[in-house]
Amino acid sequence: MTLRERLRQKISAAFYHHGLLCASYPVPIILFTSASILTCCYPLLRLPLPGTGPVEFTTAVRGYASPSHNPLGDPVERPDWYRGPPVAYIQQVLVKAAVSPWGSNLLPVDAFRPPLGQVFTLLEEIRNHVHSDSSGVQSLEHLCLQVTDLLPGLRRMQTVLPEHGCLLVSPGNYWQNQQELFDSDPDLLKTVQKHEPKGLHTSATLRDLLFGVPGKHTGVSHYSKKRVVTYTITIALSTYDAGFLGSLRARLKQLHPSANCSLGEEHMVHVHFKEEIGIAELIPLVTTYIILFAYIYFSTRKIDMVKSKWGLALAAVVTVLSSLLMSVGLCTLFGLTPTLNGGEIFPYLVVVIGLENVLVLTKSVVSTPVDLEVKLRIAQGLSNESWSIMKNMATELCIILIGYFTLVPAIQEFCLFAVVGLVSDFFLQMFFFTTVLSIDIRRMELADLNRRLPAEAGLPPPKPGPLRPREAPPPPRPSPHTITLQTPAFRNLRLPKRLRVVYFLARTRLAQRIIMVGTVIWIGILVYTDPAGLRTYLAAQPPHLGGMAPVFPGGDPAKALSVLPAREATPLPENQSQRHLAPGRVQEQPRGPPAATQVPWGAEDEEGWRRLSFRHWPSLFSYYNITLAKRYISILPVIPVTLHLGPQEAPETPRHPQDARLPPDPIPKFSSPDLQAADLTLYKVAALGLAAGVLLVLLLFCLYRVLCPRNYGQNGVSHGRRRRGDLPCDDYGYSPPVSEISPLLLRGHSMDIECLASDGMLLASCCLAGQIRVWDAQTGDCLTVIPNHNGCWEQRGASWDGAGGACDPESLGCEGRDPCVGGDSASEDEGGGFPFRRHAPPLRPPLFTDQPDLTPLIDTNFDSRLPPSSVHAAPPRGAAFDYGGLVERAYTEHEPPSPAAYPSPSYSSSPPTAGFANCRRSPVEAPDRGFACGPPPAAEWEGSVWAMELRGNLIAAGRSSGKLQLWDAVEGSLRCSNEEGASGITALAFLNNRIVAARLDGSLDFFTVELNKPPGLLQYRGAPGRGSMPPSPCYSSDDLISCQLTRSVLCAHQKPITVLRAAAGRVVTGSQDHTVRVYRLDDSCCLFTLQGHSGAITAIYIDETMVLASGGQDGAICLWDVLTGSRVSHVYGHRGDVTSLVCTNTCVISSGLDDLICIWDRSTGIKLYSIQQEVGCGDSLGVISDSLLVTGGQGCVSFWDLNFGDLLQTVYLGQTSDGQGVRQLLVLDNAAIVCDFGSELSLVYVPSVLEKLD
Amino acid sequence: MSRTLTAMADSTPGGYGSEPGPRPAPGPYISAVTNRTTNLVIRGAMLFSVGVFLALVLNLLQVQRNVTLFPPDVISSIFSSAWWVPPCCGTASALIGLLYPCIDSRLGEPHRFKREWSSVMRCVAVFVGINHASAKVDFANNVQLSLTLAALSVGLWWSFDRSRSGFSLGVVIALLATLATQLLVYNGVFQYTSPDFLYIRSWLPCIFFAGVITMGNIGRQLALYEHKVALEKTHQD
Repeated sequence: MTLRERLRQKISAAFYHHGLLCASYPVPIILFTSASILTCCYPLLRLPLPGTGPVEFTTAVRGYASPSHNPLGDPVERPDWYRGPPVAYIQQVLVKAAVSPWGSNLLPVDAFRPPLGQVFTLLEEIRNHVHSDSSGVQSLEHLCLQVTDLLPGLRRMQTVLPEHGCLLVSPGNYWQNQQELFDSDPDLLKTVQKHEPKGLHTSATLRDLLFGVPGKHTGVSHYSKKRVVTYTITIALSTYDAGFLGSLRARLKQLHPSANCSLGEEHMVHVHFKEEIGIAELIPLVTTYIILFAYIYFSTRKIDMVKSKWGLALAAVVTVLSSLLMSVGLCTLFGLTPTLNGGEIFPYLVVVIGLENVLVLTKSVVSTPVDLEVKLRIAQGLSNESWSIMKNMATELCIILIGYFTLVPAIQEFCLFAVVGLVSDFFLQMFFFTTVLSIDIRRMELADLNRRLPAEAGLPPPKPGPLRPREAPPPPRPSPHTITLQTPAFRNLRLPKRLRVVYFLARTRLAQRIIMVGTVIWIGILVYTDPAGLRTYLAAQPPHLGGMAPVFPGGDPAKALSVLPAREATPLPENQSQRHLAPGRVQEQPRGPPAATQVPWGAEDEEGWRRLSFRHWPSLFSYYNITLAKRYISILPVIPVTLHLGPQEAPETPRHPQDARLPPDPIPKFSSPDLQAADLTLYKVAALGLAAGVLLVLLLFCLYRVLCPRNYGQNGVSHGRRRRGDLPCDDYGYSPPVSEISPLLLRGHSMDIECLASDGMLLASCCLAGQIRVWDAQTGDCLTVIPNHNGCWEQRGASWDGAGGACDPESLGCEGRDPCVGGDSASEDEGGGFPFRRHAPPLRPPLFTDQPDLTPLIDTNFDSRLPPSSVHAAPPRGAAFDYGGLVERAYTEHEPPSPAAYPSPSYSSSPPTAGFANCRRSPVEAPDRGFACGPPPAAEWEGSVWAMELRGNLIAAGRSSGKLQLWDAVEGSLRCSNEEGASGITALAFLNNRIVAARLDGSLDFFTVELNKPPGLLQYRGAPGRGSMPPSPCYSSDDLISCQLTRSVLCAHQKPITVLRAAAGRVVTGSQDHTVRVYRLDDSCCLFTLQGHSGAITAIYIDETMVLASGGQDGAICLWDVLTGSRVSHVYGHRGDVTSLVCTNTCVISSGLDDLICIWDRSTGIKLYSIQQEVGCGDSLGVISDSLLVTGGQGCVSFWDLNFGDLLQTVYLGQTSDGQGVRQLLVLDNAAIVCDFGSELSLVYVPSVLEKLD
Repeated sequence: MSRTLTAMADSTPGGYGSEPGPRPAPGPYISAVTNRTTNLVIRGAMLFSVGVFLALVLNLLQVQRNVTLFPPDVISSIFSSAWWVPPCCGTASALIGLLYPCIDSRLGEPHRFKREWSSVMRCVAVFVGINHASAKVDFANNVQLSLTLAALSVGLWWSFDRSRSGFSLGVVIALLATLATQLLVYNGVFQYTSPDFLYIRSWLPCIFFAGVITMGNIGRQLALYEHKVALEKTHQD
């Protein structure tokens, strides 16, 4: 056991180091692996290509005897198929006939008609040849291979192929071996051509079969320059009789001597043919391959969590395949020749070797911690799986070794291959695949770094300003929020599979490339296999290259000489130019040999059958239903026959009358007409192929255009690569810049932000200190500061409390504004109600009593002065803890809402505020600073802001004192105030020109904002710099605004109203009395009282589409129909309160005290999924678009893909992670979000959504 | 085969069960699959088609090797054996494929070893390979053939099954099937090309055993999937 453990540890450590190595030097290792693969595969070059190519074996003719079936210890190495007699012995008589010298009176037909005519006499000679020796009389009839019927399907060949007799084929078969038919044939070429198959043909044609030489070499053509006709008489013999064959050879040689013939006669060649694959074999083979592919498919499908699934799957398959190749190569190198059919055992080998290890490796590496370095991840993953990999491999080796001892040769060979394959597969896994995996993982990490929500594309260039410090984004930290585990697999889910395939095709242009490659290959095959094409040319090349034999080059002088006279003689009118040249040529003639043209014999004639298609013999025999599969034939040395026909002989051969009418020389060109004729086919094929290729490419291009209208590659390579898995906005053609979102921090408040309001263009915030700031939502510039006057004036003296009032023109006049106008109007309207109640609780009295008198500085000029809190930044913070007693008192005095009503952090700040608000009763005596402020305002205390709304230019602030104030957002002046209510305003809704205020005592007040334009100031004066105003009514600073209480519902709810929302002409209130009420905004009439919750209402959502959702303390969420007041659905989603509710078109999103965000289907009420957040996360929610959810967290905001619940990104608001939670979160129209972050506001732009909104 | 493949491909949609995402409402396919009877019928049909297909292909493997260049009737040679052989094989495979998961659930020990489609495909490939070897490899004698096949079959079981119930069921079924075949041969219902008694006896049980293991593997995989769907459905509810 200890040994095992030690071994295990050692293996693990070794794998760990190996993983480090692989991940550290990926490129050298891949190069090394490729080199070793190539080296191991090098011996494969010596193997014959898989296929049905024949194998040859040469023996000497002398002393040949048919091999026995059971070879006994033969000293000579002979292939194992060389057993028993062959199917047939092939004896070819190679006839070369030429008419020479060429007479001027000869027609081109004469070049081949007389030579062909000689075949009949030769046939006669051969058939009648009899050899008699001691053993008896032998004739061809006895020795030849007797054939029976042709196959039924070959009726049309019956006339030309022999039946029921010797298998003896020659060109004479075209004319049924009858001289008369030949003589009466008007057009020999037509007869020959008649039997040719149409179209492309790769296998042997009838012409090749009968002539026995490739069609190009026969010389039976009008344009043959050589005027040497070559053909063979092929005799198939069933038994080998050396005597008969020798005498036949001698006889023919004697009759027709070949002077310059030096063909060898010593060797006979045995050709063994592989088995043909029939359909019966094909079906199981195809089945095994289908199973193999299914196996590979199901295996590679498991590869997950990587950057490129396809890449890794390819690498896995490459690993297995090249290990197989390596195994075959290595086995060949050490002398084992594979005898098994490679195609058959290949699937089994793959299955035995398997892809399992590769998958296990991938899984193991992927499951390592994401935040580790790539190297370490690879190393850990490797070492985790090392033991199982080694164990598996040992097991497999054992099994295969057992198989090796079955002592069945086939199985042994299989096992040998498998063993070597396994070992090389292990090698490749360790080096190749691991390295590829490390590259992939690294790419994924890079992609994760790059894959951020696009930032600041729509952001204006940053303006330097003291109020807009831009925080550098903090480095990503390993907190749960930074997990950007967006695996490709998950991301791929976003697109349907079909689209993904199309995208993949489009991106890689796969189809295009495949078809183009296919076209090229096709053209290559065309060129290669065409009878006039490359292959025959190549086959004819070696003699030329070797220079061994006197072959005819193109411009052989003798040939040219023999040809020229004839050409000169041709009376063609076009040959004018030729005539000029002709005399010179003619003069050369005497210098050439005057004798007859030598019929050339070259080395290529010795084994002329090699130039034939390798299917020549199988197809010849197959016509008689004789298979050559796994059998062999013996090809005897050819018998050369040379026929010299003199010019006087040639005409003796009866010409057919029509011969003369044949076109004598249709090619008038002087230069090498036959070459041209031969090449013409090649050119044609090439041109056709090229045209077809171009057409295909064009077609494909059109298809590509049609299928993929978007231009995917336009944004560059990097974007093209990232296309698939990226953000949804990418489908809209937007390519995100590679950068992070950096939130814009709006600083200025001295204390935590209490209220946030926005109308899209402006942003108003109110902090605990009571200071209201107005920001430009676009740029983040602070436009206005409305200080908490209460604090200031409380400092100035409590004596103001009793004073009544008028405006304080001096203190306010110095601001350069004119709040008195508003104040006056307000006092006119309300009859003594004065807008400036500056007796809010003294937030800072205890602090400022001992402070130097800074207030003059502060108060003199509102424009230039800094907020007091920023002057005394530290003391208020420090003092903030002293309010405990005040808070207590406030609770007792003010019938505070039950703590349960404000369980969430966002509410928790309200009671203290209320406490501060009531501090005015604290016996704080601020010394009178001696300000000539005039009479102080009304006696009521002002209270702190509990609720705030912003519409147009007006900020509506509801104070704890029950006052409703309207401020001008741009100028910071108080426009009007209403103090009819005594109970604190807990919630405000500002819609159109109506303001609804919910009070702590459960009453609901409806106010109307009225606009009284002073005469002469009718023109609109918008705020400078803002071109477009929100659609809500704008209140110019010159207007007189009054705010009138139109109706007050005293007992709207039995208990304090907790939530107030207004939209679509409805006002919805939720209260602690478990009910939700719907009011009509216009006439403030209560439409419905919705009952259904069993706890206080904590969250309500209503939007313009009249969707109403409510959530309560009981954790239930109800959806209501606003028109009928009926409950649509009722679900329990949270343990504890529902703290926030948002709806989109399709779903409802709720967050609860249990830190869970649930996403519900809006129509069915089924929970789609939930997201568990960190403990203590904010409960603020916002929906930017239908698919983008933003939530606030501890010092950060997170973006989620709503469709799949993926965390897209987390944006940190500040440097410190221990920051306050985001309690409020507003989504602005320009796709920015604003959230509070302690005393700061954070403006985060999500420009990608801008694109989408467009 | 293609049908089977598509069925298999369909059978694991997505494959990311744990991933939270909007789950489509159970369509008619899912509800049909979760219905117990339909479920059984579908599984049986799939197993039957697999069995018929394998029987045809493997029968073809046993066909004589001397196929000429122009085999007169290739297609008819596929169906050269009696018409009732493929249906019998199909029925048997359907029964076996349904029996295995059933026994697993009865014994209360669900099969957990290598429950993946890739493993199943590997198993099928090895099974075809065993048949291939038995048909094409020339063995010195029948004892060698039977020993090799037995070793291969047991190796198949060890590689892809490793359950005692699977082994015992395979042995029992193989013996029964051999007995039945022998009875048929004795009664002259059909005849093998080479009526060597020992040949047949040594050849058949191993092939039967391997086939039983393979079909059981497929059946378990199918059942596993349907089990998964049912689980998902209950989760949804």
